[in-house]
Amino acid sequence: MTTVSNPTKGRRRSPFYRFAIKTLQTLATIAVTMLGLLFVTFFIGRVMPVDPVLSIVGERASKEIYDNAYRALGLDKPLIVQFFYYLRDVVQGDFGTSLRTGFPVINDIKRVFPATMELATIGTIMGVVIGVPLGVLAAVKRGTWIDQVARVVALIGYSMPVFWIGLIGLLVFYGILGWIGGPGRLDIFYEDLVPQVTGMILIDSALDGNWEVFRNAFSHIVLPASLLGYYSLAYISRMTRSFMLEQLGSEYITTARVKGLSEWNVIWKHAFANIKVPLITVIALSYAGLLEGSVLTEIIFSWPGIGSYITTSLLSADMNAVMGGTVVVGLVFVLLNIFAELLYKFFDPRAT
Amino acid sequence: MKLRSMMIGAAVAAVAGMTVVPAIAATPANMLVIANRIDDITTLDPAESFEFAGSDVARNIYSRLVNFDPKDLNAGYGPDLAESWTVSEDGKTITFKMRPGVKFASGNPVTAKDAEYSLRRAIILNKTPSFILTQFGFTPENVNETIKALDDSTFQITTDQRYATSFVLNCLTATIGGIVDSKVVMEHEVNGDMGNEWLRTNTAGSGAYTLGSWKPNESVTLIANPNFYQGEPAMKRVVVRHVQESATQRLMLERGDIDVARNLNPEDIAAVAAEDGIAVDSELRGRLMYISMNQKNPILSNPKVVEAIKYLIDYKGMQDSFLRGQYTIHQAFLPATYLGAIDDTPYSLNVEKAKALLAEAGYPDGFEANIIVREAQERIEIAQSLQNTFAQAGIKINITVGTAKQILGEYRARKHDIYLGAWGPDYPDPNTNAGTFAINPDNSDEAGLTGILAWRNAWDIPEMTKETLAAVVENDRDVRAQMYEKIQREHQATSPFAIMYQKIEQTGRAENVHGLNLGGAITAVSYWNVTK
Repeated sequence: MTTVSNPTKGRRRSPFYRFAIKTLQTLATIAVTMLGLLFVTFFIGRVMPVDPVLSIVGERASKEIYDNAYRALGLDKPLIVQFFYYLRDVVQGDFGTSLRTGFPVINDIKRVFPATMELATIGTIMGVVIGVPLGVLAAVKRGTWIDQVARVVALIGYSMPVFWIGLIGLLVFYGILGWIGGPGRLDIFYEDLVPQVTGMILIDSALDGNWEVFRNAFSHIVLPASLLGYYSLAYISRMTRSFMLEQLGSEYITTARVKGLSEWNVIWKHAFANIKVPLITVIALSYAGLLEGSVLTEIIFSWPGIGSYITTSLLSADMNAVMGGTVVVGLVFVLLNIFAELLYKFFDPRAT
Repeated sequence: MKLRSMMIGAAVAAVAGMTVVPAIAATPANMLVIANRIDDITTLDPAESFEFAGSDVARNIYSRLVNFDPKDLNAGYGPDLAESWTVSEDGKTITFKMRPGVKFASGNPVTAKDAEYSLRRAIILNKTPSFILTQFGFTPENVNETIKALDDSTFQITTDQRYATSFVLNCLTATIGGIVDSKVVMEHEVNGDMGNEWLRTNTAGSGAYTLGSWKPNESVTLIANPNFYQGEPAMKRVVVRHVQESATQRLMLERGDIDVARNLNPEDIAAVAAEDGIAVDSELRGRLMYISMNQKNPILSNPKVVEAIKYLIDYKGMQDSFLRGQYTIHQAFLPATYLGAIDDTPYSLNVEKAKALLAEAGYPDGFEANIIVREAQERIEIAQSLQNTFAQAGIKINITVGTAKQILGEYRARKHDIYLGAWGPDYPDPNTNAGTFAINPDNSDEAGLTGILAWRNAWDIPEMTKETLAAVVENDRDVRAQMYEKIQREHQATSPFAIMYQKIEQTGRAENVHGLNLGGAITAVSYWNVTK
């Protein structure tokens, strides 16, 4: 995400005017990014060697039925025309109907995205709450056993295949110990008990005051979220460590120490304050990565999220679903970037 | 993918040693919970649905005019919404008497008008499975005359020529024969779509269950229909949850969070079979595994060579090793439980006999041929076994592995030597397979009858075609069955098809669940007799 340099700089304008220009620029950037994304996805989708018609009518359909479906999908029109039709519908908020589920894509996304969001949010919170202190600690205690342990923890988090650790986790904590809920978002008897507001069951059940459902949902989410959290922890702690090392080696830290400030003060008030901005970028990117959905985690835990939604749609050439999903993920990336930029301003007065 | 499943297996095996059976949680006594792969459901409209998981839902929601009784599938079709029927002298018109007093889940009475609406609708909408009905000559133009309610309790269909009554009635037991609530459906009609858009995600039937919810790739929930004419089922709720991985299904079954696991792989089946409180069921399904020899190939068109090849397949060896529990030997083109099915197995591995036949045919040292096969694990393993046993008689086999599209393309273009693949029946009548394995109206390349397996193998059979067509119009069900038996025996002896196996589905089930029937080879699952 780039901040386009302000052409009106130098001339005195009212703050309101500058704000309006800034907003317009941001919106324009979003629009161009999204248009590019749509364009690329659309054409990749159309040149893929999977036949969307076959996936609707099946292998044994007659020629006539095949042709009807072909026309109904608009595939007889030139590609560019198809793209403009699609664009027109998207602008009106209509992503079309999923061939695979028969539901409007927007309904499908409303169902699958909150599931992913719930998982990703808890995972990221875990990653930040544990990963940042761990990274800082590893940097401060550089070269000691603490640093080594932190390194091993991160390496395992990086390299352990998620489906393997997920299955082992299920086997131990669900199969043998029975501490947590099994695959799926809820036990079957708790399903459809709380009204859907956000689609995130933890939030919906809390809003409804139904703590039994909340507990059950938590017992189901804790393991997959921990796995994602572990992955994000590994990344965040390594990045925090390297940012911190850079700061701790700087002269101003030496100066602060010479001045006799407490070590706590040096680390958190001085060094850490300076890594907030790059750290925000790292966390935002890691969060966005989790929001794309983790296909393997979703499959192992029968978690109906957006990752497996897009993947299975892609395999059955359900392009409406793929495009809809891609647009949402793209939008999330863009919005998180903008949010991160806003946070820069908050933490770093120099940022304009 | 292979690596992944191996690692999953390793992971499970690693901890299997220390598995302590935990306190089993149980599902509620009036609720049936099933883990299955249901990502193939794209629509719930009976006029459109043509996939396995969709048929499972449709069978429990929509009653049909005639249907299979899950307690005795071998009995064939019997009365359902139609209490009785009569056939006209010329064999073209069937008149049904509707069962009185039956109600839809909505409370509307089930009348002949609903049957008329449902079947006309299936013809007019003309979706993929519509050929099951249109093969009797129904068209959108003639349905007003050919499919009609005479009054509220009398319904009549007229076919374009004489067909075996059992043929017509068997086809009416298919998903597309589901009777919808015409009043409810018409209320949801948009732009003349006969409620298709609405029925994709909603239901309006008179069967044992109604749709509670369908969340694609997540779950289908069925609620017992208190109006069901055979009495409200014992299981008030049936939840089918989409669980992709076998290992995950096994864990859930062992924990007691589900009652039935439908996609366990052989290793997991073996593991749960050893557990207390879990039973394993095996049920035959309709899919056949076969090889076929292109009769355009001068060597393979020699009847002695064809016969020799049938003796060069290690039927039993494969069944007892890598196909264990998944396929059983079956050598005729009608799957067991179909009308007229036979269980003769005249062929087994006999290298000496094959060698003698090859010598008689003039190929004492064998020959070279190509097998084409889709990139699926078990099929490739079968091809390798064939390669091995064929070599014992000097036949050198090259295996060409390709995507489904490539392999089917070559097969349809009649360019293969030997094809290895599977065939599943489309509807519950013997003609579904006879009409493709044992019929070839025109063997010329120009005819392009790519849907017919005999044509794909360039097998010219004017006599057998006549016999098969005769079986289609034979009105006596028993005589018709005998005709198919005869055709199959002849087919076994002379055809370039070596049918090898029929599919078995193995299911892990909590022992306290009784009365679950998966539908065998011929229909779909039924939940209404299940008790706990």
